[in-house]
Amino acid sequence: MNPRLTRRRFIKGVIYSSAAAMSGAGFYLANAQSRPAAAVERLISINVNGRTRRVDVLPQETLAHTLRYKLELTGTKLGCNRGECGACTVLIDDVTNYACSTLTHSVKQRAVTTVEGLQSPDGQLHPVQQAFLDELGPQCGFCTPGQVVATVALLKTNPKPTREQARQALSGNLCRCGAYDHYLNGVMRASGQLS
Amino acid sequence: MTFMYIGKDFTPPDAQGKITGQARYAEDFRKEGMVFARLLTSPVPSGMVRNIDASEALRMDGVVGILTADDLPAAPRPGVPALSNELTYVGQPILALVAISEQIAENALERIKLDIERRPFVVDPLVSLTAGGPDAYPEGNVMSRTADGMALKSLKWAPQSVEAFRNGRDPGDVEYTTEWSYGELDAAFAECSVIVEEPFVTAGYPHHSLEPRTCMSYWENGRCYFHGSLQSQSAANAPLARMLGIELKDLCFINETTGGGFGSRIGPYPFMAITGYLSRNLNRPVQVRITREEEFSIGSARSGMQGWIKAGLKPDGKVAAVDVIIVNDGGASGSGSGSASAGAISVVYQPTAMRFRGVSVFTNTTPRGAQRGPGQNEMHAILEPIMDKAANQLGMDRLAFRRLNAPDNSAKVEANQGPVTSAYMREAIDMGSELFDWPAKINQPRRNGSKVIGVGVGMAYHGAGNNGFDGIVRIGPDGKIYLHTGVGNLGTYSYAATVRAAAEVLQCRWENCEIVRGNSDLGLPHSSGQGGSNTIFTHTRSNWVAAQDAVTKLKEIAAAELGGTVEDYSIGEERVFKTATPAQGLTYAEAAQRAITLGGRYSGAEYPDDINELTALAVQRIAGSGLVGVAKDNLEKNGTAPGLAIGFAEVEIDLDTGKYDILDYLGVAECGTVVHPKGLSHGMNGGGVWGMGMAGFERHVYDPQNGLPANVGLYQSKPPTFLDLPVTMRNAAVNIADPQSPVGARGIGEPAMGCAAAAVTSALADALGGHLFNRTPVTPDMIIDHVAQNTYNNKSLKTNTF
Repeated sequence: MNPRLTRRRFIKGVIYSSAAAMSGAGFYLANAQSRPAAAVERLISINVNGRTRRVDVLPQETLAHTLRYKLELTGTKLGCNRGECGACTVLIDDVTNYACSTLTHSVKQRAVTTVEGLQSPDGQLHPVQQAFLDELGPQCGFCTPGQVVATVALLKTNPKPTREQARQALSGNLCRCGAYDHYLNGVMRASGQLS
Repeated sequence: MTFMYIGKDFTPPDAQGKITGQARYAEDFRKEGMVFARLLTSPVPSGMVRNIDASEALRMDGVVGILTADDLPAAPRPGVPALSNELTYVGQPILALVAISEQIAENALERIKLDIERRPFVVDPLVSLTAGGPDAYPEGNVMSRTADGMALKSLKWAPQSVEAFRNGRDPGDVEYTTEWSYGELDAAFAECSVIVEEPFVTAGYPHHSLEPRTCMSYWENGRCYFHGSLQSQSAANAPLARMLGIELKDLCFINETTGGGFGSRIGPYPFMAITGYLSRNLNRPVQVRITREEEFSIGSARSGMQGWIKAGLKPDGKVAAVDVIIVNDGGASGSGSGSASAGAISVVYQPTAMRFRGVSVFTNTTPRGAQRGPGQNEMHAILEPIMDKAANQLGMDRLAFRRLNAPDNSAKVEANQGPVTSAYMREAIDMGSELFDWPAKINQPRRNGSKVIGVGVGMAYHGAGNNGFDGIVRIGPDGKIYLHTGVGNLGTYSYAATVRAAAEVLQCRWENCEIVRGNSDLGLPHSSGQGGSNTIFTHTRSNWVAAQDAVTKLKEIAAAELGGTVEDYSIGEERVFKTATPAQGLTYAEAAQRAITLGGRYSGAEYPDDINELTALAVQRIAGSGLVGVAKDNLEKNGTAPGLAIGFAEVEIDLDTGKYDILDYLGVAECGTVVHPKGLSHGMNGGGVWGMGMAGFERHVYDPQNGLPANVGLYQSKPPTFLDLPVTMRNAAVNIADPQSPVGARGIGEPAMGCAAAAVTSALADALGGHLFNRTPVTPDMIIDHVAQNTYNNKSLKTNTF
């Protein structure tokens, strides 16, 4: 029997038992091929949006990659993949981080929150999301998950920010459409300062 | 006219998906068995690939295929080929390698050996124009008309002419590739009491849409299913099908959400061919996800300008004559927009005589294409401080000067001096003056220690409306209204705003409407490419006529069933009824059921002869599912539908550091009736942000020694961030209906940017006592150099290489 297929079946079996299914067999095969001689533990548990997820993670794998391509949490966007744009912003223990610049192995003992984790289980929008919807914050929307997550983090530490404080806090999140003013209106509305 | 929906805010149905992360972009789609392509790109600015040795890469486990230029149909030359052996800029795709993971593909690329013959290169158009200077292509540096069409040729100016041009003078007797004029230029200048003459330079820069342009495609039963990211949903179908060598019916294009376009995604971008061909060759789904650096290289860019302008004012302040020369940096595609730049001057100042002379020069830099107000916006940014200087020399208030020359309903447009559909720029100026409080701003104290205040104003124009496209509306037997649109979801919400014109005609509840979009197999009409600020004008018209067709059919069905003629019937509350006896009628659901039974033109089994092939295919898909309203926009359109805007800016420059803050900004739109207020606010403020980026930050930088781009990333390219803008941005609209739109609306996306860029450059010049940088962007080092009376940045015209 082709040894690749054996390995593929093994890895697929493990991952399907705990993590979301994702595209194609190739990825798992690729992971298996890339396994270093002195590997760190690859099959790890991470807490994402309040759930423990078992996932096979390469040593050099970024959290953005894991979230998007292994856990199907595609709300975390990759605009630059080099820590410049903020579209991949997630919360790690309630602190904003660029998921593209965070190794998944570094978050094993920590709580990761993505934009998908903000809605309540009954589907009700998070107050920040509702405010952004009311103010029609997004334009193209590609940066919006990052803007929403960064605002959630801001309001946890500063529930009534000034507009100036808000733009300082969100300054790590680029918006190429230039929807900044609408996002700031969303922050003001979410913090109860805009009726 | 009182509207139910036009002019009222609403929540577009895709907005929630954007704030929850559920909105799907091309890269978010995966397919079982999908493989991944990565690009090998040119390391040199100019050359020819003589040999590709991919044998080692292809032997690697997990590598499944390769595509080179030789595997694709020959591309037009010069052009922007998907893959190429002829290399004309750093970052140009040479080949695509496919593997079962991106990582393997990336690793395999490193095993490929290229044999590249290097060629001379050039990154500055004036260096290329100088006699003896290098050409970007072996055959030349400009496109020239020949008996057989357009062809490359080598165009050179004498060194002394280039030197004169570099130093701000008319280069004299030199050859251009584009020229136009109207009026008697010399006679008009002879009437002038003030004449200003200035050189200028504007930098090109990349679009850098935040979503890198991912493509994914697969083939099933001879049909190609293609996930892409374009400005329009429907405009790309026909050219993409041609690119793949298939019939239109065999392409399903899926594009639910697009992460920004700004002109760079009007049509199918060449490298879409890569996934299409690879997925067909391999019979597997293939995705190409490109990097930010690759988005810089192949994501298109604005053309830079080097130019000279001479403008004359009559004693009463009327602009009599404008003479302008523009040398465009066309990059590897040769695309320049000098004629559009000059045309914009003709609109906002209405000079009685004008001449344009221009040439677009190929350089070995990234390909150029349309970028938000291509040509117009950078021209406005340069023009407005120069016009301020002229007005000041005449002793006129800058705003009064603009008001005197502003376009109105009698305005003439560009080279052919054609008419406008309407124009109310004076009303925009008056509104802006009041809201910005122009008199108070210009009379405030200007100096506070090292800080100095400047107040600026900028006008902008772009054509903002097209016609002749199709609309489809469908009333289902369930009573729901299905608004089919080929307008893309690029972030303006115009896909939703324009179909509200159909809801308006049908007088139906908005909550009973469903917008059908994002997948051509759903039956979507042909649409414009959604460049050029035209969507609102163009597609409110096409939706309007489709809905009118549906109303006519509703009345015909009712008359056939209930007696009388169509003139006896009205619509309301989703019923068609006898006007005299409203109780006699049919619900929309009942009428739709009758339409299905009747068939023919009522159900979509038959359709008009004049609709586009894509629309016809769409109607065929939905035929029999309800009452189908379908029509081509044959409404009257005479003249150019102008998008006009005026911006007002107050800046504070720190003379110690050269940094400036924009304290206040107001943009006023003159775009006819406002269709969607929040959407307009996005357009005006977002355009304002782009304008501030042009005025102060964004530019290409190329190393002239090696032809290497120096600022490919977002951090170095420097689109504005939250901190580069005023804390609050303001906008307003004149809101006077255009008579050639059934809802009165025109577009505004592009002038929204130009007016902001111009207002900021005008304010910077005002703060510095009228000093003209005649450049964009104006950077702190330039301000510091000026304050220090150092002319380092102001000596000669240079683009790309600051």
